[in-house]
Amino acid sequence: MSAKIMFKARHAMGPIVRGSALVANDGFSARYDLVLDTAKGGVATAWMLYEMKSRGIVPLALVLNSVNPILAQGAALGDVALLAGFDEDITAAVPDGADVEVNPAEGWLRVS
Amino acid sequence: MKLDDEEQDILAGKAGPIPQQALKHQIKVGDFFGARDFVPVTQAHIMADTESRGEAGVQWLEGLASNTDGQRRVRIPTITDPRGTDFAKADWLGQTSAMLDLERRTIVAFEKLGVAMTNTCINYQTILPPTRNEHTAFGDTGVVIYANSVCGARSNFEGGPSALSAGLTGRTPRYGFHLPDLRCGTLRICVDHTPTSLNGWGALGGVIGRLAGNYWAVPVIEGIEGAPRSDQLKHFGASMASFGSIALYHIVGLTPEAARLSDVAASDLPAHRVTRTDVEALQKSYHTDDTVDVVVFSAPQLSLYELGDLATLCDGRKFSVPMLAVTSPQVKPDSDRMGYTARIEAAGGNVLSGMCFYQSYAREISEARGWKRLATNSAKLVNILGGYGYRPMLASMEACVDAAVTGKLERT
Repeated sequence: MSAKIMFKARHAMGPIVRGSALVANDGFSARYDLVLDTAKGGVATAWMLYEMKSRGIVPLALVLNSVNPILAQGAALGDVALLAGFDEDITAAVPDGADVEVNPAEGWLRVS
Repeated sequence: MKLDDEEQDILAGKAGPIPQQALKHQIKVGDFFGARDFVPVTQAHIMADTESRGEAGVQWLEGLASNTDGQRRVRIPTITDPRGTDFAKADWLGQTSAMLDLERRTIVAFEKLGVAMTNTCINYQTILPPTRNEHTAFGDTGVVIYANSVCGARSNFEGGPSALSAGLTGRTPRYGFHLPDLRCGTLRICVDHTPTSLNGWGALGGVIGRLAGNYWAVPVIEGIEGAPRSDQLKHFGASMASFGSIALYHIVGLTPEAARLSDVAASDLPAHRVTRTDVEALQKSYHTDDTVDVVVFSAPQLSLYELGDLATLCDGRKFSVPMLAVTSPQVKPDSDRMGYTARIEAAGGNVLSGMCFYQSYAREISEARGWKRLATNSAKLVNILGGYGYRPMLASMEACVDAAVTGKLERT
């Protein structure tokens, strides 16, 4: 955890969103579980994020240290905000439960 | 991204709304990864099971397929990964009519788009193996890692929407493993023994996948002796991709881009040693029970040779617990014709076609059939099925067949 509140991402897409951060130092795949150090496993997530959005259970945003193409493809189809690639370990820098704003257009996450 | 004249026309809608939508999707992904342009692809392979797509995804697909303006059909050979059922065995699996309806609607929609329903994750063994440097848009992680590593082709993991988009536009954003620089090794793995069994190869792939740990890692492996068979590398890669999200590895002196270590690896790469003990430890970590409810051979679908080996093990046996062997629609007729299917089913087994166990509503099957303790020789399958409420156990094909007879899995 750090005093820093603004984090720039090298890769970003999707809408601007605000919400509460659910932080875990684990891999993410919609086939296995939710929430995020990196992407893991197979290609199912590309479809599943869209299905999850239709049910109103998709995360507002996915924020990861590193990402694989499947997450990006799924976020593109589901119009889910996605940030990846930070200078620090984002899972250690953002406290679990923190209120955060994600702005993919400008490529940053801010802890409120 | 820089667009050529044809791409600008597609984006402007001159080819119709379907390719336009597909290209917009691809530009989103390409921009995300900093792709400078598109690369033409020659084949696409789409993940097609309805469990991951769901009602929303099927409706999305039907929406595309119902649009008759402009170009609706794919531009390049585009095929499908396993679907979510074998219609002939659906009742026995406990699958519901709602699941089958989704499957039927999906097939109709894909066919309207010109997609060939091959329903296979071993297209590199049965349909058309890619050639070295051929750019493709393959779905299914096991297909991608085999195509990249063993064939020397160039593909990223292309999830369903992106693989379909590639089929519709004939191209994909040029990023990741389409770029020569990203195909270089990022870590060295020195192994001290070469497995012989398929489960052993899968376990080795799992250990390396865990070590490598993310999509952009490219393991360079030394110490493999002899020339592994296609089925061995199939299990090796599928497991590595499942455990580590890995899309490309090199084996020095064996795979096409790594004739010498220096072809793919800098001298200062971090090195890891993987021992027989590491491989055995992974296998033993999944041996959590002695009793099994079901035995499954799947993930990836079985080749004709695997079915032949299985048939030999089944001769003269009588199973006390269900045994499933899952293959592709291309292999199944040969298995029937060679008598392998009959020999496996004479022992009480079931040979299924066109599905893959974990992509076929595995959780619902577990609940319908009461299957929890599952034995398999697929390391990929044990990695996945824990998330579906199973207690998966990894063992050799021989030990799994014995377990189907006795209901007990012998510790190895």
